Amino acid sequence: MAKLNVNGAVRDFEAEGDTPLLWVLREQLGLTGTKYGCGIAACGACTVHIDGVPTRSCVRPVSTVGPGEKVVTIEGLSRDGSHLLQKAWVQLDVPQCGYCQCGMIMAAAALLKDKPNPSDADIDDAMSNICRCGTYNRVRAAIRAAAQGSTRNAGLAIQHADGSVS
Amino acid sequence: MSGALHTPIRRRSLLQAGASAGLVVGFHIPFAGIAAAQQAAPREINAWVLVRPDDTVVIRIARSEMGQGSLTGLAQLVAEELECDWAKVTTEYPTPGQNLARKRAWGNFSTGGSRGIRESHDYVRRGGATARVMLVQAAAQQWNVPVAECVAANSVITHRPSGRTTTYGKVADAAATLTPPAEVALKDPKDWKLVGKRLARLDTVDKVTGKQVYGADLVLPGMLNAAIKDCPVFGGKVKSFNAAAIEKRPGVKKVVRVGDSAVAVIADTWWRAKTALDALPIEWDLGPNATASSAAVAQTLKAGLDAQDAVIGNSNGDAKAALASAARKIEAVYSYPHQNHATMEPMNATAKWTPERCEVWTPTQNGEAALAAASEASGLPPEKCEVYKLHLGGGFGRRGAVHDWVRQSVEIAKQMPGVPVKLLWSREEDMLHGRFHPVTQCKLQAGLDAQGNVTALHMRISGQSILAGVFPQMIQGGKDPVVFQGLNPPGPEASIGYSVPHLLIDHAMRNPPVPPGFWRGVNLNQNTLYLECFLDEVAAATRQDPLALRRKLMASHPKHLAVLNAVAERVGWGRPAADIGGQKVFRGLAQTMGFGSYVAACAEVSVNAEGELKIHRIVAATDCGHAVNPQQIEAQVEGSFAYGLSAALFGECTLKDGRIEQDNFSTYPVVHMRHMPKVETIVMPSGGFWGGVGEPTIAVAAPAVLNAIYAATGKRVRDVPLRHHSLKKA
Repeated sequence: MAKLNVNGAVRDFEAEGDTPLLWVLREQLGLTGTKYGCGIAACGACTVHIDGVPTRSCVRPVSTVGPGEKVVTIEGLSRDGSHLLQKAWVQLDVPQCGYCQCGMIMAAAALLKDKPNPSDADIDDAMSNICRCGTYNRVRAAIRAAAQGSTRNAGLAIQHADGSVS
Repeated sequence: MSGALHTPIRRRSLLQAGASAGLVVGFHIPFAGIAAAQQAAPREINAWVLVRPDDTVVIRIARSEMGQGSLTGLAQLVAEELECDWAKVTTEYPTPGQNLARKRAWGNFSTGGSRGIRESHDYVRRGGATARVMLVQAAAQQWNVPVAECVAANSVITHRPSGRTTTYGKVADAAATLTPPAEVALKDPKDWKLVGKRLARLDTVDKVTGKQVYGADLVLPGMLNAAIKDCPVFGGKVKSFNAAAIEKRPGVKKVVRVGDSAVAVIADTWWRAKTALDALPIEWDLGPNATASSAAVAQTLKAGLDAQDAVIGNSNGDAKAALASAARKIEAVYSYPHQNHATMEPMNATAKWTPERCEVWTPTQNGEAALAAASEASGLPPEKCEVYKLHLGGGFGRRGAVHDWVRQSVEIAKQMPGVPVKLLWSREEDMLHGRFHPVTQCKLQAGLDAQGNVTALHMRISGQSILAGVFPQMIQGGKDPVVFQGLNPPGPEASIGYSVPHLLIDHAMRNPPVPPGFWRGVNLNQNTLYLECFLDEVAAATRQDPLALRRKLMASHPKHLAVLNAVAERVGWGRPAADIGGQKVFRGLAQTMGFGSYVAACAEVSVNAEGELKIHRIVAATDCGHAVNPQQIEAQVEGSFAYGLSAALFGECTLKDGRIEQDNFSTYPVVHMRHMPKVETIVMPSGGFWGGVGEPTIAVAAPAVLNAIYAATGKRVRDVPLRHHSLKKA
């Protein structure tokens, strides 16, 4: 039995040491918010934070993650979807199919921690996740909205069921 | 509340779901999650609408949600007529088994061809209207007042003279017992309150928290996992494999043959199955296509450009004679390669087989086709099978027609009776075993008179037919009509926007051994690229403005012309574009019609001295007749540009030694955030028809960009992807 610190809890698991962290999270620990898209760290769907560092978990052998390192997945980013980025993502209706979006949000969360007011070039550099639905422009708008604390500049005027417009 | 019934099912056994309250109305709700079970049972008013005592409305959606937003759009159409409280709407998918049992109460499940809304808007609206009439009638009966004195809005029924009110939830039970009206009137579009509004989607929240369960994420009690390898050479077979070499690996349960061309490993976890499969010695019988190559295919296609055998798609006048006698001729040859759908979620299905029943859980664009595939593979009639649909992690056409992965999953499950087995393709398997966008070349010849007017046009398309590989029974007299998308005579689906006195558009069918499929935009992609880039060549050769040249040919095509004019006006065509970042900006235009809608785009690009391309902005216009949700239309336009530009700039699938060479995103690059231009979309529905949205605009991005590149560099690109070409100043 080995241990991982995931989303603030110590978790026991059994897996071969060369199992990628992605698959331990998904299969041994039941956290399927982190996705499999390519297996070669090309797409970013598997992005988690390890001690705050955005990490593509599909190529990270679990044996290289110590029990003292804090792993955070999308499920641990907030308890109830209340992270500023998650709120911005909802306000601007960013996801289409949604499969890549958890990885996008994790990458964006790490970016905002590092650069609370990122420029377009900062966003280009940090956000190399692949989205086949092509939500990139709304992802960029949501990152800016979270950084600025307002969705006004996105100019989308989306009408929500609670009567708000963002 | 949004999509409550589309909730994660991993916390609850689906095997118990059959005992849920849904049986009250005689069918099985497959996804009754914990939240739903704790609420009172929803009452079915009709096939489309259920109502709970707390006034929650469940709208049934027959089509599949793959990111295109039709789930929400269709719900808007039902809710508009239903007059329910939009804040209390959720959705659920009826299953294809239920559709079968209820004599296709929900009609067609197929979600492709940008048809989801335009094909069903009328009857789903009637479904909503019918339910409203029944609810109001129930209230009127309870009050013993005339129906005509009652009005419904936001799930509240009011008796106008007395001011008495009740809610849908309170009268649902009574309404469910009434006979539905034989006919209902639908609202005039000018009275729409929900349709046409920029409403937020119903399925967003779970997608940002990780709660959304995709097929790849599914967990069922006792489930095993499978990884598969099909022969990498098309048409090859499994000769042998040495199961003993891997059987003792931890977690491995079984190694099985799947059909005659694939091998799968079943294990407790997918990672163990996949790594065991990678270590499994397999001998392939590579079959007749072991030396097939794109180079050889290209030669065959090239010969087809001048071949005698060709089927006509559109013609008027005598193009060959007119070309022969034209004052001037311009000719060019273009080509467009295979593409892979490359959905972010690889192909997957979970199947459970017993001799009495076969159940499949899968993302699919067509639940009924998935059911048929499950039935065939299971050896059981459809009545003994069921498919549970999940939201797709991308479809783009891959999950619509051929359900190869479903067949595989059932064949695997048959070898583990009674045990649910989840089959997940690796990305490599997904890339190698796509259903590829067909490869074609095109020779275009234009005849011009002394004034530079286009008097003749011959477009010869040489290449692959999708129907020949997917629905061969639909080929009539050797003609695959899908080949001619965007080039047809006037009609409501995919017609050419130009009138030329002598026109000939024909196709020489040449099918390589690569399995074809419907890739977003289908043949509208390359047909529009061919024609729109070639017309720019004609404009350049005759020193005409590309917009002026087109306008002369479009007098009889007002809707095509309207979207083209809209983008031209928005960008200020005719006035020079302002520099951006110290670079000169150049423009290119394209227009087309497909999937029922008229679309156009203008791209603004710069190319620096090193030949690096920057696409600054694309202005798009779409006339889709009616616009159900303009903000989702904008999202689709942007998304379609990312998809189409990925192919134009970077992606191609090539054949070598009978197999596809591109096996991951490393060798099949796609558009990233940093490549994505700003997109401005003009949604200009002209009314009177219903056109599709998911696909049409994909076809105008590439030609607009290529035409802008010509304006910027003088270099004409006739084959994509662009990365094979240098745009560097000579």
